[in-house]
Formats: sequence, C-alpha cells, structure tokens
Amino acid sequence: MEFYQRDRTLQPAGYTPIYKTSVARSPRQSLLSLQGSLSEITGPVFGQNELGPLDNDLIRNYAKDGDPIGERIIVHGRVLDENNRPVPNTLVEFWQANAGGRYRHKKDTYLAPIDPNFGGCGRALTDENGYYFFRTIKPGPYPWRNYVNSWRPAHIHFSVCGSGFAQRLITQMYFEGDPLIKECPIVHVIPDEDAINRLIAPIDLKGSVPLDTIAYKFDIVLRGRRSTLFENRLEGN
Amino acid sequence: MVQSLDYLKETASQTAGPYVHIGLIPNQAGFDIFENNFTNVLADENTRGERIIIEGRVIDGTGTPLRDALLEIWQANADGRYNHELDRQNSGKIDEDFRGWGRTGTDFDTAVYRFETIKPGLVSGRNGKDMAPHINFWIVARGINIGLNTRMYFADEQDANAADPVLNLIEQKTRRKTLIADRDDSGPIPVYRFDIILQGDGETVFFDI
Repeated sequence: MEFYQRDRTLQPAGYTPIYKTSVARSPRQSLLSLQGSLSEITGPVFGQNELGPLDNDLIRNYAKDGDPIGERIIVHGRVLDENNRPVPNTLVEFWQANAGGRYRHKKDTYLAPIDPNFGGCGRALTDENGYYFFRTIKPGPYPWRNYVNSWRPAHIHFSVCGSGFAQRLITQMYFEGDPLIKECPIVHVIPDEDAINRLIAPIDLKGSVPLDTIAYKFDIVLRGRRSTLFENRLEGN
Repeated sequence: MVQSLDYLKETASQTAGPYVHIGLIPNQAGFDIFENNFTNVLADENTRGERIIIEGRVIDGTGTPLRDALLEIWQANADGRYNHELDRQNSGKIDEDFRGWGRTGTDFDTAVYRFETIKPGLVSGRNGKDMAPHINFWIVARGINIGLNTRMYFADEQDANAADPVLNLIEQKTRRKTLIADRDDSGPIPVYRFDIILQGDGETVFFDI
C-alpha cells in the first residue's frame, strides 16, 4: 500500500542558511511529487543472520584490551509508523563519536583522542513489536566548522530502512538536558519545536540496569501506509 | 471537541553528517568491525540478468563533486520484479539471488561512486502504465538535511522512456534528460554514467515520493 504524503512542515527544508553547508548542496527546483508506485512502496528486506551477535553492543564490538571510556548507556525504543503500528524486522543502524567527542574516521581531526576500544557503530533489527536496543557509551559534544564557535550537542546518528524505500530515514538522537541543543544550527533546521523535542531522548530509569548502565528511550516514527480499501490501482491489471 | 485523530508524526530528518561512513560503510571510514558488510555489489554469479556498472558523481551548486556523499539504490530484478512481498505482479519471478539494494560512498579522492548490478526489467506502474527500466536512488551527505530521491533511467531504452509515466510528469522536457544515464560499451561490462547535480545548471530532478 502506498504511503501517506510526507508532512514537509515537520521536516527541514533543503536550503537552510544557518547550516552553511546546506546552501550549495540543496536543490533550487521544487521536488516533483510522485504518487506511490511499486518502486516507492517496496524496499529491501534484511535477515537476522546478516548481523553478528555483538553488532548492537558498542561497548564490546570493537574492544581490544578493555572497555571504552565513558558513561555506559543503553538506548532502546520502538520503530513505529504514523498509524501507531510497529515496524518489525527493519534495519536500524547507529553511529557516534566517543566520550571525548571524537569519531573513528579518517577525516575527523579533532584533537580529542581516539579511544582504542571504541569503534562507534552498530546495528540491530527490530523485533516483531518494532523494538530495538543497543548498549554504548554516551558520546561527547564536539566543535565543528559552521560559525567559528559552533558545538554539536551530544548525539547518536540513526539510520532506519523501514519496509518501503519511501520510509528511508536518517536522523539524530539528542540527550535530555543537553544545553547545546538549543544553540545548534543543525537541530534548528527543523521548523517545528515539537518535532525537535521528539528527537530528544529522556532518561529512562526503569530501563536501566541497576549499578551498571543507565538507559535512554528513543522511539522513531516512519511514514504510515494507507489502509482503506478504495485504492487507486498501484499497478496494472 | 471532535474526536481526535491519533496518528503519530513522522520523526524529523537530520543530516547524515560528514562521518556517515562510520555507521553505514565503516570500511570507508578506515576500520573493519562487522563480519558482514553492506556493499555496492548487488549481483552475484547466480543473479539473472545483464551485468552493468553504474558510475557517477554528486555535484554541488558550485560545480564541485561531493567526496562525502552516501548513495543507496533500490531496483527490480531482470524480470521487473521487486524482491518484496508487496510486489504482486503476475509477470516474472522473484530472483532469490538478488535483493535489489546496495549502498556506497563517493570516493574521498576521485569523488566517483560505483555500483555493480544488473539491468532491471519493466515494472508495472500505476493504472496499468508500464514504467521504463529504472533504478531508484537515495542520496544523503553532510549539508543534505533530508535524503534526496531520484531515479536513473537507461539511454538505450528510448521507446520505454518515451512512454514512462514518471518521466512524462516532468513538465520541462529538457529536465527529463537529467535522469537518463548514457551507456558506454567500450569495456567488458557496460557502464552507465549517472551524475547527480544537486543544484543549478542541469539540476537533477528530485522527487517527493
């Protein structure tokens, strides 16, 4: 079934001068609106056998001679659609800086040190209830070149495949209480305050492991599919 | 008060950022972590269909190619079937050796991306109109706030392209050619060249799908 039209009032525009890099990388022509066809309503399917047992444990999946430095956290939540139904068996991928705000990436030259025991990426498939979880350390904030004194709030990048190519989404999760959120141009390309708040994960004490790891809860909502029986025909005879 | 509509709202998109490789293609970030990596090779030796290579660049509004873009493609198999339960076309078969999806980054030095795949077949479109063979693209990068969707069509499918319901939706005919990749038969495997122009002269047509 085809997807509901994307609500662009909740999504960032392409051209957002407060985030300077967007200026030369955003289309000037309007996007051409397409009704869904098979090309948009279908998408890739993944299996649990494609993932390794430590893929959702960032504390262990790159550890060489000990645990990574930093606050041990669990991030968990559900992938839902606009109809409030779970999106099962979908690929969720995540990546982040280490506790000092440094990425394990050949193009990151920030002076904070690489953590030899931290890779900074992982992935999971949602279960039949749309639930996913992973363990990691809390990433640090870091400076970036936008204004001369711009700092990213601590964040974890998320990529979600969904069940159709039109649901494909990349976003970032922020942490409750971070004072840098309100200063960040990348956050504020989102034109809707409630939509920004939905990217901020609350501390979830009930989800925590006592004396071990604190939890944050982060739900993700993908576009919903129409379910009425009176459909335009998506394909031929 | 009327009843409330209890739909949820879609999560807002954020840029993939400059370090997208860490999460999605860690080998390009410079390290090896997963046993099984998702790659730019879609077809194995058992996949049915004509082997092709797709190569191109993603170019910004100043004419500079992006060296930090990530691209994903999604396509039907040689019979025009998508490997997905919602594809209920009667024609053609699912190919168990073809998922139809791949991802890659533009190269840090050359700025070129490359996919190794097979040429897809015709796919049935809305209301009985066939869609010409095409490959669905999704592009993210630092500076791209929300992923860009477009399609690549094949220059050697002139008749099918002329009848394609999506190409025909593009009002300015000169812009249709931004979605059509030229074929180069000079090597052992045909290469389709598909540059994506983000902005300005020759700007690629992007879709709100």
